[in-house]
Amino acid sequence: MDKVNAIVLRAAGVNCDEETLYALQLAGAAAQRIHINRVIENLSLLDKYQICVFPGGFSYGDDVSAGKILANQIIHHISQALKKFIEDGKLILGICNGFQVLVKTGILPGTLHTESGELPVTITDNDSGKFEDRWVYLEPATDRCVFIEHSRRIYLPIAHGEGKVVTKDEQILEEIKSEQYVAFRYVDKDGNTGTFPVNPNGSADSIAGLTDSTGRILGLMPHPERHIHRTQHPHWRRLNDGEGADGRNIFENAVKYVKQNL
Amino acid sequence: MRRWRFEVFNRAGFVDAHGEGILDDIRELGIRTVEAVHFTKVYLIEGDFDRAFAERFARELLCDMVCQEYYIGRSSAPAGPVKATLIEVHLKSGVTDPVARSVVAALKDMGTKPANVRTARKYILLGQITDSQRDSIARRVLANDCIEEVIYGSDAEPPSPHTRPYELNVNEICISNLDDDGLIKVSKERDLFLNAVEMRTIQAHYKDLGREPTDVELETLAQTWSEHCVHKTLKSSVDMDYDGRQIHFDNLLKETVFKATKELDKDWCISVFEDNAGVIKFDDQDAVCFKVETHNHPSALDPYGGAATGIGGVIRDPMGTGMGAKPIANTDIFCFGLPDKKQDQIPKGVLHPRRIMKGVVAGVRDYGNRMGIPTVNGAVYFDDRYMANPLVYCGNIGLIPNDKCFKHAQSGNYIIMVGGRIGRDGIHGATFSSGQMTHEHETIFSHAVQIGDPITEKKMLDTLLQARQAGLYEAITDCGAGGLSSAVGEMGAQLGAEVDLEKAPLKYAGLNYTEIWISEAQERMVIAVKEENLAAITRLFDAEDVESTIVGRFTGDKKLTLRYNGRQVGQLDMDFLHHGVPKYSRKALWQKPDLSEPGISLKDNYNEDLLAVLSSYNVASKEWIIRQYDHEVQGGSVVKPLTGANNDGPSDAAVIRPKLDSDRGLAVSCGMNPCYGDIDPYWMALSGIDEAVRNIVCVGARPDRIALLDNFCWGDCSRPETLGSLVRAAQACFDGAMGFETPFISGKDSLNNEFLCDDGTRVSIPPTLLISAIGIVDDVNKCVTMDVKRSGNLLFIVGLTKNELGGSHYYKIHGRLGANVPTVDVEKAAETARRISRAVSDGLIVSCHDCSEGGLAVALAEMAFAGGLGVEADLRGLPKSDDCVRTDSQIFSESNSRYIVEVEPTKYGEFSKLMLNLPFGQIGKVTAGGRLIIKAEDQNSIVDVDLDKLKSAWQKPLDFG
Repeated sequence: MDKVNAIVLRAAGVNCDEETLYALQLAGAAAQRIHINRVIENLSLLDKYQICVFPGGFSYGDDVSAGKILANQIIHHISQALKKFIEDGKLILGICNGFQVLVKTGILPGTLHTESGELPVTITDNDSGKFEDRWVYLEPATDRCVFIEHSRRIYLPIAHGEGKVVTKDEQILEEIKSEQYVAFRYVDKDGNTGTFPVNPNGSADSIAGLTDSTGRILGLMPHPERHIHRTQHPHWRRLNDGEGADGRNIFENAVKYVKQNL
Repeated sequence: MRRWRFEVFNRAGFVDAHGEGILDDIRELGIRTVEAVHFTKVYLIEGDFDRAFAERFARELLCDMVCQEYYIGRSSAPAGPVKATLIEVHLKSGVTDPVARSVVAALKDMGTKPANVRTARKYILLGQITDSQRDSIARRVLANDCIEEVIYGSDAEPPSPHTRPYELNVNEICISNLDDDGLIKVSKERDLFLNAVEMRTIQAHYKDLGREPTDVELETLAQTWSEHCVHKTLKSSVDMDYDGRQIHFDNLLKETVFKATKELDKDWCISVFEDNAGVIKFDDQDAVCFKVETHNHPSALDPYGGAATGIGGVIRDPMGTGMGAKPIANTDIFCFGLPDKKQDQIPKGVLHPRRIMKGVVAGVRDYGNRMGIPTVNGAVYFDDRYMANPLVYCGNIGLIPNDKCFKHAQSGNYIIMVGGRIGRDGIHGATFSSGQMTHEHETIFSHAVQIGDPITEKKMLDTLLQARQAGLYEAITDCGAGGLSSAVGEMGAQLGAEVDLEKAPLKYAGLNYTEIWISEAQERMVIAVKEENLAAITRLFDAEDVESTIVGRFTGDKKLTLRYNGRQVGQLDMDFLHHGVPKYSRKALWQKPDLSEPGISLKDNYNEDLLAVLSSYNVASKEWIIRQYDHEVQGGSVVKPLTGANNDGPSDAAVIRPKLDSDRGLAVSCGMNPCYGDIDPYWMALSGIDEAVRNIVCVGARPDRIALLDNFCWGDCSRPETLGSLVRAAQACFDGAMGFETPFISGKDSLNNEFLCDDGTRVSIPPTLLISAIGIVDDVNKCVTMDVKRSGNLLFIVGLTKNELGGSHYYKIHGRLGANVPTVDVEKAAETARRISRAVSDGLIVSCHDCSEGGLAVALAEMAFAGGLGVEADLRGLPKSDDCVRTDSQIFSESNSRYIVEVEPTKYGEFSKLMLNLPFGQIGKVTAGGRLIIKAEDQNSIVDVDLDKLKSAWQKPLDFG
């Protein structure tokens, strides 16, 4: 496919849609920002897109819990269309609030369920109890996810108050690890996991992002769209030539995948 | 219809962060017997659904089953040996509850429509406490009396969500026969804050009309004539005794701050002092606008809500500038009492500085972050005189196309109110903020507190920008102070307007027409729309669930006509409303204070002094605050508030890239130093300007494209000496703006920042002038940060160090004030700024930091620990005035107009050529060692400290965890 179409879904309180759109355009996609109400009115709207992005923000104020109201809206209004989107082999990316939405709809990690049918994973309050904006190193933890270049450690900012990934129980955590559902882990600059601030929110197993069994869905708390320019790096004046703009890769990989496979 | 109650709480094993935070706050109160606090969210829902649905709703929506549990009904205190105290905090009836609104939406998504939803917070306190301790915890930690109601135990009824309906009753206020005392009584009883002269002017006007005013007419006049809205003091004529010399101003503001802008007459100033924000050119397509407001009184009563609506309100200023700008950055500057005060040192009716600080930071955080606007620049100052009167300055910058910078409402246009609904919140905000605070304000003015709902504002912004681009409206302004009365009154000033108040959508029944008209309920804008665009614009708002309502129409009769259900309830001449306020003449006095230098004995070593200055609250790292703000959303961040090898050094200014596909940048900085004002407000103001310019030049802004904003926060200016100090500062604004060629484009004042304690003592804030600066950066790739970059590089100081320790932090740690306040030679300062800027754009320097609070020693320490590299400095290279002979003065003097720059050895020749004829000298070099070493002129090491020790002294004081 030559022309790659990406949709950035807006809703009340979503606020990273414009820079996410720019990141997709920079990576070569024809991208559009569309309000979720338009999709609810017309489910076939999704058909022309190959990449669907749930951007960051505070959808519906993160009332009740982060991403919950939007997730509920998706479940009750567009779940069938999204299911088809996934079955068609297309890509979904959820960033920060978008990741919270993907987890709270059950789209990520996807195939796991507890005995009661309840969601196996959630994202909850940071251990610090407050919103934090800081930069973190991410180590890819899977070679299956089409967004990720395996073995390339990247540096991105987080900006969230509810980013702690937790599982219903130990067994589910083990399953997530063994099935390679972990997309990224928080590490230090040498690649070692650790406690705060290396793991900025207390996530189980330092999980920063999750993928599904197909590798075509990625959700992550850090913001790749906030590191597509070298000058977004917090100390870019200290970098060597050619360093920086780590986040671009995720969008470029997505576009490349669509071009080659769809 | 059934009433359901859901309780949601964390499962054992999952951190109850909110409960733990509350426990910390209780311990800070000095209550040690509480062992644990458990937090529970409560949802009260009236709906037509059964138990099975309730269970499903709890499991699927309210409760996160991975880490939470729920209980349907009202759980009683947990059994066990430890005493459990149940405290519930409910919103008072009518107070905005955004979470409830989302729950309603979710219930609709799941197929049922509830009659009512309310939320509450429940706390279970484990441990032995007395009833009075319980009350104290509830009042000081858990709830705010202004907006919330506390109930105890498991039986007490929560407040009713329902309010009584309103029946029309038009009130005339008989003032025609009243004498001054009677007029003042009316003003006081109705919280009008109008003085006798103003009341007499109104009385005379209505005598001419041959009738009495209605209540809504009086209220409209009070709002429009409030200090907050018309700045009576700064525009008054002033007779001043100036150190024995008599001087006169016809209009203080026009002859100082405005005058500089007028005389400078820069072609890149698009709109100054006329719209909601000042507008300057950014590039060939777009302009930027900037406004800074204060929200001091509301933040003193309700720190969280006051600060949140402060930032929410100032965001609507650029949104209401021209045809509406897109907000791209926030700034915030706070002044608090010292956070380590003991509870018994706090005056009655005043919240603890730490609670105010935490609340204010959280309020700005939650509103700014939710709006998706990066908070990029700020500052915090501590002084005990801010204890009862904290200052909360909030700023917002917007981006607006060059051809959308002006608006023109026309007669016949419909008046549409967009965004939130009207409630009783924020009644009398404008008049309240214009008066003095007392220990009784807590109860009397609770209705002036406003409640923020950022998502409503964000939705409104998203749709308004689309409507602007589609050309669907003719004019826009925000509903700020005075609510609809100000918005419609201002927009229709040249036209006239008629408004049908019953059409305005309300949050709940029961508001009378006056309340509807003057409520400052948040998140509302007013637009003027042509008839042919009504359908299209309504469709656009509906498409994204934004409420819009036609409330009236602009006429051509130059009258403001207010109706309720067709009956006229008020009519005012626009001319009297906007030009009838009497002009004042005031007396001012300035006397040079009799102060002297303290003569602190000299020492051989200043390690401890440096550590103490680094640890002083004003100098210490503000990382705890900064990290709670999203300073990177919108993706334009170039120089962040924190920088350096470990992203924790203090940047001088922020730089953003407002348009992601362009390399043009916008720099933002501020300057403020209330300490100097105790010696001379003139030098305080000029130092503030110099500091703002220094900061913004350090990162790479063009010195010929810097615009300034002034925000005066002062005490009661009816005292001649207080007004005199304001005049001194205003004169400095003129001199500084002219000297640096930096026009003022917008400003605001907040006077009467005084507190009357219950024992009758008055506390005034120190004169506090905030100078904010924005500047254009030609190429963001050339920006420079303050952290030292490489060992072997050379460090230079540009600018003269003088014997100016007056008001310095060095004197402060020794408990002294001194007399030699830092001065500014504006011509030299401007030339220095131009050369530094040239050095940045020519790529001659790799780091640049301004010398300010704490002087040379602090600046060097910050550069070193931010870069993670050592610095060896030698005072023999310091360019200094002849009287600057003492070593403490050399390293701690806070002389203005000084920059420290790092230069690679290969660039030395070019750099020194550029600095020719300026006072500059090599002050040292960057080393690979981990120490800051400063050698005095006699080559003794007067400072020699490990970087980690310096950094930790600087980081610890305000790291609240």
